[in-house]
Amino acid sequence: MNKVSMTVNGRTVSADVEGRTLLSSLLRDDLHLTGTHVGCDTSQCGACVVHVDGKAVKACTMLAAEADGADVKTIEGMANADGSLGVIQQAFRDYHGLQCGFCTPGMVMSAAALLEENPKPSEAEVRDYLEGNICRCTGYHNIVKAILAASGQQVEAVAAE
Amino acid sequence: MPKDGGIGASTKRREDLRFLTGRGKYTDDINLQNQTYAHFVRSDVAHGTINSINASAAEAMPGVARVFTAKDFEGVGGVPCGWQVTDRHGQPMQEPKHPVLAEGKVRHVGDPIAVVVADTLEQAQDAAEKLEIDITELPAVIDMKDALQDGATKVHDDLTSNLCYDWGFVEENRDAVDEAIKGAHHVTTLELKNNRLVANPMEPRVAVGDYDFSTDEHTLYTTSQNPHVIRLLMGAFVLGIPEHKLRVVAPDVGGGFGAKIYHYAEEAFCTFAAKAIGRPVKWTSSRSEAFMSDAHGRDHVTKIELAMDENGKFLALRTDTHANMGAYLSTFAPSIPTWLHGTLMAGNYTTPLIYVNVKAVFTNTVPVDAYRGAGRPEATFQLERVVDKAAREMGIDPVELRRRNFITEFPYATPVAVEYDTGDYHATMDKLLEMSDHAGFEARAAESKANGKLRGFGIAHYIEACGIAPSNLVGQLGARAGLYESATVRVNATGSISVMTGSHSHGQGHETSFAQVVSEMIGIDANQIDIVHGDTSKTPMGMGTYGSRSIAVGGSAMVRATEKIINKAKKIASHLLEASEGDIEFKNGEFTVAGTDKSVAWGDVTLAAYVPHNYPLEEMEPGLEETAFYDPANFTYPSGAYGCEVEVDPETGKVTVLGFSAADDFGNIINPMIVEGQVHGGLAQGIGQAMIENCAYDDQGQLLSGSYMDYAMPRADDLPMFKVDHSSITPCTHNPLGVKGCGEAGAIGSPPALVNAVVDALQRAGHDVTHIDMPLSPDRVWAAMNS
Ligand code: FES
Ligand code: FES
Repeated sequence: MNKVSMTVNGRTVSADVEGRTLLSSLLRDDLHLTGTHVGCDTSQCGACVVHVDGKAVKACTMLAAEADGADVKTIEGMANADGSLGVIQQAFRDYHGLQCGFCTPGMVMSAAALLEENPKPSEAEVRDYLEGNICRCTGYHNIVKAILAASGQQVEAVAAE
Repeated sequence: MPKDGGIGASTKRREDLRFLTGRGKYTDDINLQNQTYAHFVRSDVAHGTINSINASAAEAMPGVARVFTAKDFEGVGGVPCGWQVTDRHGQPMQEPKHPVLAEGKVRHVGDPIAVVVADTLEQAQDAAEKLEIDITELPAVIDMKDALQDGATKVHDDLTSNLCYDWGFVEENRDAVDEAIKGAHHVTTLELKNNRLVANPMEPRVAVGDYDFSTDEHTLYTTSQNPHVIRLLMGAFVLGIPEHKLRVVAPDVGGGFGAKIYHYAEEAFCTFAAKAIGRPVKWTSSRSEAFMSDAHGRDHVTKIELAMDENGKFLALRTDTHANMGAYLSTFAPSIPTWLHGTLMAGNYTTPLIYVNVKAVFTNTVPVDAYRGAGRPEATFQLERVVDKAAREMGIDPVELRRRNFITEFPYATPVAVEYDTGDYHATMDKLLEMSDHAGFEARAAESKANGKLRGFGIAHYIEACGIAPSNLVGQLGARAGLYESATVRVNATGSISVMTGSHSHGQGHETSFAQVVSEMIGIDANQIDIVHGDTSKTPMGMGTYGSRSIAVGGSAMVRATEKIINKAKKIASHLLEASEGDIEFKNGEFTVAGTDKSVAWGDVTLAAYVPHNYPLEEMEPGLEETAFYDPANFTYPSGAYGCEVEVDPETGKVTVLGFSAADDFGNIINPMIVEGQVHGGLAQGIGQAMIENCAYDDQGQLLSGSYMDYAMPRADDLPMFKVDHSSITPCTHNPLGVKGCGEAGAIGSPPALVNAVVDALQRAGHDVTHIDMPLSPDRVWAAMNS
């Protein structure tokens, strides 16, 4: 068992973990932050995406020990300080970018990282960036719209309806 | 304009607030005190005899509570099948036992042999390494036609062969169909496969079993689309637990698509083991485990023949299908290639004579059952492919050939036992041609050609039977359960409402759309109405969500219960207003005496029901709570026209989907935003099937596509923006909302439209290609072009 400590959503936390403990397990099982989901065992679905030191990371692929000292942000830290939905979250709701909600935390975290890097992405850039996030429910149509809307762009122009 | 929050409004979903903030409560988020973890040890061979299992070393490992094998389940029933099909000769299907843990033999890769239960998952996994399991591998049967050869290895030694049933429908029409085909002007024949798929809801299955010794009550938390059905099947047939001692909870569920309908061995295991060891037992499927333990979908091999007269009028249709059941019969498996497939073979057309033959076959593969559409995509695919091929052979435009054969008068009794209540197929076709700018296609095709690409347009029409289903009918067809739905509407003293429904939401947004219906009926704000689902201890008996049945059947039950509420509330209001009941009008949450300004508000009436100081106690009980069970009189028949435009790169065979349009008739719509989302998701799954998804076995029965490394899931950059329309509305005539259901349409209509488009692109370029099996990978397309 190793002691790790880090900041998660602005709070300092520490826990004893085995060497093999994944960041996703630390978040879900030890910190009870169950918004981070696990949808695969081959690092491909993106349901587990969180931010570590500002970068989008698949929490199922990172050891908890590797995040020692890091600044971690999860879906639970994405709302505004007053508890209202953040811009990306609100856009997902407004454009019906989620159905069962299982991929949603990872989608929102990836979308936030994308917009940080590229504040006005094109539709193709959004689709390309989401390569590592699988959604089985929405067909991505409304996720793409939501992300474009969150970036402040007109969505009706790209949405073929 | 629909009223905000009422029927027809694109009300934003209330469930989004918890899902977007990480506060959803999925089964894996549930952890009980003193919980243990189950690790399933599964067969890595497709077929074998279990000679011995020695668990002593494993049981001695740290943290291990117990190791379970088949001998712990002696006296426990097998996992039951919920539908019995009768074959062409009047005999029941062959139905093998499906043990919770493998008894003596393993029959597919992934068949569970033993389970280690320990304090932590890691301990259970470590201990599993110490299990000594001696298996003699046997030859496996994977291909369905091989499985039916004389002398083929049998999947089940106690059955006479690998044939589950040989079904004929309508058997009396067999000879007449043969005759009509023999004498026809032209017969178009097509052989095709409907590829095996894995549903892959993003949330893997999870089960948590708990047992309370003080009350003798079992609780199972599970990722299910129908908790009551699990309670019924597991309680009555597997573990022998009466319903009042068994609670099944399906909380937030991360997608289902069929795969979470069935009762699975892992659920029975966790429920059983929790009592056996006296601690809660949790199992969470890994994705790799899901590939070999979730029921798969499709996997049909079909030959279809369509006979026509010289004008292209359809005279007769004959289809011959082999349907893979896998190694055991999953809950609804036998009904999928029969009653959910054969009954849809008329499609949108007036074909007078139809004969469907289906041979269901056991193989050493994972059980196959319903996957989004369930039987109807298989019916639509073969029909819409053969119609397209027929159009080319007859030299008639594919749109025109369809139009010549459309059913235009309703109700319409098909020769395959169903009666369509309403529809307007020309209307959806017109809409599709408009939305997809069909008129501009030639110009776009010329542009592609100038760029060295081949452009094609494909069309498909579909009909589906949803709103499953009239109980007396399905009972005659072999269903072992009724298929009604129930709802309880509980009005609280201050006027707020809890609706307990047997429908289950796992992405469909019932908490929002069901509330819209009640809000419209009562005239109070939707925020005053809560939809409760997914817990057998909270809701009346329910049959759950599948087959696009929630709003048509569950919604109708809720409407009936709400009508009872309104009737009773009117009686109370008439007492309070000292008027006769017939004079009471109810609108926008207010009761008025017709022609006067006397009125009483909803909240005053509800309060009077619970504080009955001024109440007609001699005539009525206090309280305001009603339950209704709704059993549909018929299926509903959503239909639509789908169009797909593709570009093929002749150098590589790569297909790009440039556009996809869907014009649907879902009857009345409660929440257009949600309906559109359902269609988008269905389209993605149908395009996935046609383009990239494929569940493959090698001839030894090893699963070649057992993870996201080798099973291609559609990603954002595989799909275009969609055009969807649901403005063609012919309301259902036999349910109170006039709704038809929309959940599966996208997955049903899209694969044939896409394959038709690719064949069109190749034919336009002069390639004599009449069919390519799905998925249309570049190598298959390239090979078809260059053969
Ligand atoms: S759970 Fe991390 S990528 Fe799938
Ligand atoms: S919303 Fe269900 S997987 Fe994306």
